[in-house]
Amino acid sequence: MAKAASNTEAYLRMYTQMVRIRTFEDNANQLYLSAKMPGLTHMYSGEEAVAVGICEALTDEDRITSTHRGHGHCVAKGAEFKAMFCELLGKAEGYCRGKGGSMHIADQSHGNLGANAIVGGSMGIATGSALRAKLQGSDDVTVCFFGDGATAQGLMYEVMNMAALWKLPVIYACENNGYSEYTRTEEIAAGSITARAEAFGIEAHQVDGQDVLAVNDLTRKLVARARKGEGPFFIELMTYRYHGHHVGDINREYYRSKAEEKEWKDNRDPIIRFRAHLVSEGIASEEELDALNAEIEKDATDAVAYALEAAYPDASEVNMHVYAA
Amino acid sequence: MREITLSQAVNEAIAEEMRRDPTVFLIGEDVAEAGTPFKVLSGLVEEFGTDRVIDTPISEPGFMGMAVGAAMTGARPIVDLMFGDFIFLIMDQLCNQAAKTHYMSGGKLTVPLVLRTNLGATRRSAAQHSQSLQALVAHIPGLKVAMPSSAYEAKGLMKTAIRDNNPVVIFEDKLMYQDKAPVPEEEYLIPFGQAHVKREGRDITLIGTSSMVQVAEKAAEMLALEGISAEVIDPRTIVPLDEKTLIESVKKTSRALVIDEGHRSYGVTAEIASRLNEKAFYHLDAPVLRMGAMDVPVPFSPALEDLTVPTPEQVAANAGRLCAGELIHAA
Repeated sequence: MAKAASNTEAYLRMYTQMVRIRTFEDNANQLYLSAKMPGLTHMYSGEEAVAVGICEALTDEDRITSTHRGHGHCVAKGAEFKAMFCELLGKAEGYCRGKGGSMHIADQSHGNLGANAIVGGSMGIATGSALRAKLQGSDDVTVCFFGDGATAQGLMYEVMNMAALWKLPVIYACENNGYSEYTRTEEIAAGSITARAEAFGIEAHQVDGQDVLAVNDLTRKLVARARKGEGPFFIELMTYRYHGHHVGDINREYYRSKAEEKEWKDNRDPIIRFRAHLVSEGIASEEELDALNAEIEKDATDAVAYALEAAYPDASEVNMHVYAA
Repeated sequence: MREITLSQAVNEAIAEEMRRDPTVFLIGEDVAEAGTPFKVLSGLVEEFGTDRVIDTPISEPGFMGMAVGAAMTGARPIVDLMFGDFIFLIMDQLCNQAAKTHYMSGGKLTVPLVLRTNLGATRRSAAQHSQSLQALVAHIPGLKVAMPSSAYEAKGLMKTAIRDNNPVVIFEDKLMYQDKAPVPEEEYLIPFGQAHVKREGRDITLIGTSSMVQVAEKAAEMLALEGISAEVIDPRTIVPLDEKTLIESVKKTSRALVIDEGHRSYGVTAEIASRLNEKAFYHLDAPVLRMGAMDVPVPFSPALEDLTVPTPEQVAANAGRLCAGELIHAA
């Protein structure tokens, strides 16, 4: 594990947040498999160190834009299980009153400007949020999460160009999980991804996205520099998604092998790795971490039960919120 | 009252709102020193500086998307889209992002931005710089659409748009930038969703948008010479649409002709005609007639281009036939 300033509270918080994401996703997957959830969803499991390492370097004033695979970002930025599960189930107490669902979940109170179901669709939004910060003399930073698949969208290059020209406080966080939907990334991405950012004069880094401390350490440094007007920055985070493109993508051996999945899960899992680190460094004992896990599991079980019983929005809400007052 | 051009009216509206609200800024291609190709924004960069009058690269989806993000986080951007035809380039950011964010977030996020662009053919600019695409955006819930018909409307509607908490698209007719109209020195706003009866009449209602209001007014003068009294109504905004004023007029005149410079098929005129049929059917003495741009890409040659848009003569002729009962197709 990369070395970072030892801070028991911060480490335990990172561990907790990663386990919360994994637990949330396991429960969401169960809701899908048991046909209790409308529609589909895209699992973040396996990529927890990316969202947590980055979001733990941010404050509530800092903004993020998220993706269709966005539960991890939402949890990492501070969202609560109850309102998240309610949103996934289309209930009135969801973050978006059930109108957004999994692919549009937003949590403005913690600076999450929302997931986006258009691949690469939020790159303009994130860069515009950073432009607003610069124009208003505010020192908040915006992180734009997107996947390797989104690097094929032209919008990315338009906004990176402007962000670099105007030195905007935005960090482009490319979660390279190796697959663009059902296609291997090397089949859709020519050349180097970081070199594309560098072509605009943007400082770009590649980091092990399964190492939460490495991600957090790098992000802290870049956020501090972005606040001083040294942005934008680009990070390519090498990671892996454990599930298919979405929960219904079960038989996927035509594009990736079970052996490859097993290798990542057994040897590169971000939670297992960080847990071993916490124990070996004497930051927490196995028992303490088990207790933490159990607490999170109970929190999730309670939230799912609550969401399943929660009310759907009243029919009168269907044409509410089309226009703002 | 003083008279100023439509271009000056837009410029004044933006300058007044930028003085009033420090969160308002302009972004687009050649908006600063160039003041746009039509010179509508001339002088603004001198007053407000390059921080608030921002020249961008030629990246329409990029700066449109950035305006959405700025609007979601507390600014009020005015996006300058050089030609209405470029709306096709920004469709995702406008229709999938800006239009839907408030709804998808359950009312938590708002996107207060103005997209100012233009419409109108007969400028010899050919098929990719001459379209009138208001129907495309009017179709998408979450967007408001304003269509000023003179300098007076251009100023009042722009000020209202900038203060609105939703994405508003304003289509200015690029052939009208030098047209003058009386515009008060004192501040005024024109509320959205309130049609303006430009001319009262008894026999037929002519509903026009943007420059087609002028076409309708000229047609009304021709009709008057024939003893036909035409009422001319400018909806001013097509979203929201002031159905009530339109329906009241048709109940009085029993006939209506709707004119818009978008392509005739599946357009603004079809929507208005349909609403009149649904809500004033028993008051109608003739089918509601539509006139719009011909369903062809706008041709370059003047000999062809001038054939594609409605003229006052054609409007007067069609109105006369409606009043004479000639266009009722009884099977």
